Amino acid sequence: MKHMKYSGLVAAALMAMSGAAQAEVTLTVLIDNAPNTVAQWEGISAAFTAANPDIVLELETRPGGGEGDNIVKTRLATGEMTDVFAYNSGSLFQALNPEANLLDLSDLEGQANVLDSFKPTVSAGGKVYGVPVGSAMGGGIFYHRPTYEELGLSIPMTWAEFMENNAKIKEAGKAAVGGTFGATWTSQLFVLADYFNVQAQVPDFAEKYTANEIKYATTPAAVRGFEHLQEVYEAGVMNADYGAATFEEGVAMVATGEVVHYPMLTFAIGAIAQNNPDELNDVGFFAQPGDDPNSNGLTVWMPGGVYMPKTAQNVEEGKKLLNFIASVAGCDAQTEATGFQGPYLVKGCDAPLDVVPSVADMMPYFEADGRTAPALEFLSPVKGPALEQITVEVGSGIRSAADGAALYDQDVEKQAKQLGLPNW
Amino acid sequence: MKRKSPYPYWFVFPAAVIFTTLFLVPSVASLWFSLTRWDLFTAEFIGLENFVQFFKEPFLVQGMTNTVIFAFVTSSLKTVLGLLLAVLLTSGIFAQGFLRILVFFPVLVSTIGVGITFTRLMHPTKGAINIALAQMGIDGPGWLTDPSLALFSVALVDVWKGVGLATLIYIAGLASIAPEYYEAARIDGATRLQQFWRVTVPLVRPATVTVITLSLIGGLRSFDIVWAMTKGGPGFSSDVLASVIYKQYQAGFYGLSTAGNVILFALVALIVIPLVSWMNRKEVDQ
Repeated sequence: MKHMKYSGLVAAALMAMSGAAQAEVTLTVLIDNAPNTVAQWEGISAAFTAANPDIVLELETRPGGGEGDNIVKTRLATGEMTDVFAYNSGSLFQALNPEANLLDLSDLEGQANVLDSFKPTVSAGGKVYGVPVGSAMGGGIFYHRPTYEELGLSIPMTWAEFMENNAKIKEAGKAAVGGTFGATWTSQLFVLADYFNVQAQVPDFAEKYTANEIKYATTPAAVRGFEHLQEVYEAGVMNADYGAATFEEGVAMVATGEVVHYPMLTFAIGAIAQNNPDELNDVGFFAQPGDDPNSNGLTVWMPGGVYMPKTAQNVEEGKKLLNFIASVAGCDAQTEATGFQGPYLVKGCDAPLDVVPSVADMMPYFEADGRTAPALEFLSPVKGPALEQITVEVGSGIRSAADGAALYDQDVEKQAKQLGLPNW
Repeated sequence: MKRKSPYPYWFVFPAAVIFTTLFLVPSVASLWFSLTRWDLFTAEFIGLENFVQFFKEPFLVQGMTNTVIFAFVTSSLKTVLGLLLAVLLTSGIFAQGFLRILVFFPVLVSTIGVGITFTRLMHPTKGAINIALAQMGIDGPGWLTDPSLALFSVALVDVWKGVGLATLIYIAGLASIAPEYYEAARIDGATRLQQFWRVTVPLVRPATVTVITLSLIGGLRSFDIVWAMTKGGPGFSSDVLASVIYKQYQAGFYGLSTAGNVILFALVALIVIPLVSWMNRKEVDQ
């Protein structure tokens, strides 16, 4: 376990210059260690301390993924959580046992600014426990714009068109789809980002899925995601090192045109901005197409939340910080630090006029009616932990799509039983 | 007749406290938690359901097979190579001391560091190994991305890292063989090969028992090298028991993963205890 500490240096310097002599409160904050998250929180920290000179933030980082989940749970269980912490919303938030561990923030002033669509993802037992930080993300496909222009390709509205584009790209001697199974979680995108298309055909999928009345393997619309992985593998259109490449390499490959498509969540825009700032304008984005051109939309991931544990030492100062994050000043601080990466879930936080092309490509889905659907993990607590290994297998030709979906159903059953859900 | 110990019993007290708090209590607690649905906040008693679930785990059988394959491959390679290297490094060859250091050095390096380094070296397109093979006109395989190769690639790296310890144990074992045996063998006209099979191998047996026991236990519970290199992948093809257990823990299934650890404990005991007693009995027989 690695911990690095960033103190509010900028803020401290400002205070030293103004010669302020107020009593200082140090508010501790636990965040994940992704470079984009750190940049975002350094921006929040500087702007918040500038507005509240008597409060300094001490940012502590933790790894992401499963290891991060365990750190957060352990620290909550042992009463050693920081004053404020950032963590996923949706099913992972539910696993924190919020009613026992977190401060009820239903009456926080800032909740008035939070969009209603976000609140259910950080609520339990009718109480709201967090405010959103960061922006909503889409799951879809990044593409290299110069190659699209060069080969005269157009944005695919159906999966068949997408595969046609892949074939043309392959003919031109390029890798069409970036596979980065070295970071196993990236292999899940074709399945998870297909949920818009699943719910378009089976509107009550999430509800029945939670109640154990419907399965992936026996729902043709749901198996499609696994079939996409198999089709892309069988077409042989991935980069040669798809089994070993990592997320960072995938982002760099689509930014430089080494691969032309990269299925990913739009938070990768932050990684492109950090690692390939010169190519930021070369990258575009479209939703993962389904089989029906008339129903084309984006699967959306809600931003994570900011919460306070019941054991917080500096409750008033913590609430001040949460109010700040759930305000226009809060989103402005984030936009300044990392650029605008997608819509915030806070009222009054509009998109600036000059956004990068990938964000500009994503915004119309949010602005139109019925062109977005939340990802399944925000609608159902049921999500099997082995999905990423299964999708690596299907995407590498080790297992067929049908087998993969059936195996995933088995994995999900285990998780539901461990959660103690009824009907499983 | 049993003689009364000259020391009072309370001398045991400090060690007993440490043993109880750090070993006994957690062991008993883990037995209890393996029977519960445990999310770190609350534990609900569910009987043997975790064990039933763990044995239903689709990759458990593969994980167990892989664990046994991994343990036997690494243990036998370490034993054979360790003995050969020890014989070589006690034969008075050029720069013997330096070569001994060279063989032992990987043992001192962090396993995670070794894992990450070899992951880079074994990269299918950019790794030094496949680039070198390509120079010779050989199309190198995906060492860690080919599901039928991944486990063996990891095992080879584990052998590279661990063979130094086996060599060290064998060097000590060889040093304890009295030179008179070799002298007698030579007078009887034994060739070098006959000396090796008839004198060295039987007389170095205590070292062999130590090497096999240590490397087999190490292989059965190996986790760090597997996790650093493949995380059990691609898919589940290089999963070992310990990585299957760790993934349950990562997923937040704490009771289930504790049940897995109880099973791992039983498996190691089941294989190692009879093996050690068998090898020790043979030693007494001789």
